[in-house]
Amino acid sequence: MHSALQALPDPAILAITAALITGFSGIPGIFLRRPGAGQIIAAILTLLSALVGIPAALALLFAKSTATYILNWGLPFGSCELAIDPLSSFFLIPIFLVAAAGSLFALGYWPAAEHRSTECGLTFFYGILASSMAILVTARNGVFFLMVWEIMALSAYFLLVTEHESEGVRRAGIVYLIATHTGSAALYVLFSLLAAQSGSFLLPAAGSLSALPPAAMVIAVATFVGFGAKAGIMPFHIWLPSAHANAPSHVSAMMSGVMLKMGLYGIFRTLTFFHDPPLLWGAVLTVAGISSALLGIAFAVAQRDMKRLLACSSIENIGIITTGLGVAMMGVSSHNAPLAYLGMAGALLHILNHSFFKPLLFLGSGVIIHAAGTREMNLMGGLAKGMPRAALLFLVGSVAICGIPPLNGFVSEFLLYFGFFYQLQAPSLVYLVLLAPLLALVGGLAVVAFTKLYSSVFLGTPRSHGAAHPHEAGPAMLLPMGLFALLCLLVGLLPQQALRLVAPAITSFMPQMSTAVNAAEYGALLGRISLMALILIMLAAAVTLFWWWRLGSARVNSAPTWGCGYQRGTSRIQYGATSFSELAVSVFNGIIRQRITRPKLSGLFPGPADCDDRPTETVLENVIAPVFTFAGVSFAFLRRLQHGQMHVYMIYIFVTLFILMLWAH
Amino acid sequence: MITIADQFLVLVLLINFVVLGTSRLIFSIRAVAVQGVILGILPALIHPFSWHLVGIISMILITKGVVIPLLLNRAVRSAEIKREVEPFLGYVPTLLLGAVFTALSFGFAGKLPMLAEHQNYMFVPASIATLMTGFLILTTRRKAISQVLGYLILENGIFIFGLLLAEAMPIMVEAGALLDLLVGTFVMGIVINHISREFSSLDTSRLTSLKEE
Repeated sequence: MHSALQALPDPAILAITAALITGFSGIPGIFLRRPGAGQIIAAILTLLSALVGIPAALALLFAKSTATYILNWGLPFGSCELAIDPLSSFFLIPIFLVAAAGSLFALGYWPAAEHRSTECGLTFFYGILASSMAILVTARNGVFFLMVWEIMALSAYFLLVTEHESEGVRRAGIVYLIATHTGSAALYVLFSLLAAQSGSFLLPAAGSLSALPPAAMVIAVATFVGFGAKAGIMPFHIWLPSAHANAPSHVSAMMSGVMLKMGLYGIFRTLTFFHDPPLLWGAVLTVAGISSALLGIAFAVAQRDMKRLLACSSIENIGIITTGLGVAMMGVSSHNAPLAYLGMAGALLHILNHSFFKPLLFLGSGVIIHAAGTREMNLMGGLAKGMPRAALLFLVGSVAICGIPPLNGFVSEFLLYFGFFYQLQAPSLVYLVLLAPLLALVGGLAVVAFTKLYSSVFLGTPRSHGAAHPHEAGPAMLLPMGLFALLCLLVGLLPQQALRLVAPAITSFMPQMSTAVNAAEYGALLGRISLMALILIMLAAAVTLFWWWRLGSARVNSAPTWGCGYQRGTSRIQYGATSFSELAVSVFNGIIRQRITRPKLSGLFPGPADCDDRPTETVLENVIAPVFTFAGVSFAFLRRLQHGQMHVYMIYIFVTLFILMLWAH
Repeated sequence: MITIADQFLVLVLLINFVVLGTSRLIFSIRAVAVQGVILGILPALIHPFSWHLVGIISMILITKGVVIPLLLNRAVRSAEIKREVEPFLGYVPTLLLGAVFTALSFGFAGKLPMLAEHQNYMFVPASIATLMTGFLILTTRRKAISQVLGYLILENGIFIFGLLLAEAMPIMVEAGALLDLLVGTFVMGIVINHISREFSSLDTSRLTSLKEE
């Protein structure tokens, strides 16, 4: 046995090789003339590297040791260290998984034969994005981290503007670019300060920095701004909905399922550097997290664009994760080991879960867009009849994201609830229990949002010609969705195993505390959930069988869904997506509004008229947009410097040089 | 040997004025090629023999004396232009400015804190004067080809400065700089073709129509 283990190559090397192969997967396609060949090669390479990378990451996760390599790079920023500790390997799992699923999905969703001009670039940057993220989590040198970070941000930009003929896509690209570089600016501050604190660009060891000096406070703020902008924590979420809505669906899946998590990884990683963090840090994270969760899901309810809804729900999920992290930090600060353990386990498990169900939903949205030709939920309806398999898989994702048992979303939220209620008997921080009703509100709104999404897309009767004749997606598109749905179910059924998956990462986060918590106790608790989930599934199966049996023995009438008993019901009588959510959104009137322009009706028989609605964010419209407009106006004089006269540009350089020469004199 | 090197540098400075004063593009290209060749020979005069040096010199001679002029000649022929008409600043004013800048650079170089063994040579002033000439051409000429020539002269100025260090400079750096130059010219050649196709002239001042409003 021992010798067999030794014969296997080092898993860390395997993981890094897999990351590099993913990165190079798009390159053959550039040189191949025949359209489609490059895409197939890329999919095969990405799948292979996932088959190698995921077991390697799992092996590293359970090895509980850190593999360190020094990259001989010859740049003057200290040695470039690559290291894979359990936290890194935990994040590697979703990266490889989503990358492979997405590249397989692309074969059906973005076939080279139909998109000859864009497929090549899309495949290339897709590989680069996945690879840069995998290397990012191993980087242990601040400068190298920033380089890889930029590669990730830029390749995501190029993926996002794939359909750059459309004005909306270009706008979304610019907003994303500004947001990501604002974040990068904060990261430059962060890594410079870290280097000043620790004396080299190598990232400090866990728990090696003190949180007391004022510089630590600046580091914390820079971390929050820089990584928060990438993760989409409020108030840095502005770029997120439009970017996710306008990218191709498998890219949205990658961005939402994995890239947002890189922001979270940054926050996790930076927090490990400090010992005894102040309570304030955890409190700020908790407040930011819970408000992101609440507002994010409120925004999601108001959307009428399917992918914007999913993107807003990503803000919600990131908010939930941040809440868990914040609560865990408060637990660390107040030396409350169970709270820290539960918060951290909930946050990490939710990261894993979100990277299962959100890609599932985004890939599903790609299938829907193929079938209906639009992202507008008010124009769809009745798609479940034409594409039952995709509808079932989408339903699994929707149930999972709402946190309903027996699927995986429930497990991670349960851990958080448990942590909050645990505070009732804790000596301090009792008020944290108030987070429980807030999280419950988030869950309830999520149910509203996803009921709206699922019912207006799949149920009822078609609301437009495009949605009238849907077709089932091919295996290349259904297979990845099926895989994610299976994973959602597996984690929901075996939560105690999933907890084992996150346990090493928690240990690396707070080594001094892990001994104080009886992790087995929580494992047993989750074991009971697993039992409950099994009973639930059997119950559901029994009801379904009974229903089928009744259906077989009775006369069956078919009528339009939600026909309300009318003889001549038309599709326009049924609830639309907007009308469904009108009441729920009106509760949040100050923050988000569905601005509905109603036609003026007059006379007994009014003529045809249009009704239109636009979800508007109050903060964005009344605070952030005016600030940007003001900045644009007050810096307009700078635009005069950019006039297009090449010669005068040369003179700028010349004058600068001249002034510098005189200065040196 | 150093005195011969100084004479060559005077030649380089004269070529600067030739390029500043002529409107015929083919002639300018040849002048810049000659300048490149002279600069290619210079290291042989001031440094002792080594194979490293031979490599560098032959590479410089081939790129600056043969490849780049060929590329530029082809661009001129395919764009069918012969002269630089109406530059932003006339030929006489640019010549005068060139003279002023050359004088200034001699004055400036005299005040620089230099090593004793470099004190009396013309390397530094010639380098700065050539740099300035490059800048003058870049800023005052309209045609894209003249811009390329300005860029080449600018690079020559930097090269002269590098001559002081040639022995300390590893071959990779030299090769890298040369490659940079070649690729730069190549890219600019492509740009020239595109400009002439798009605007049916090589007037770079028309590029303002690309400006985003």
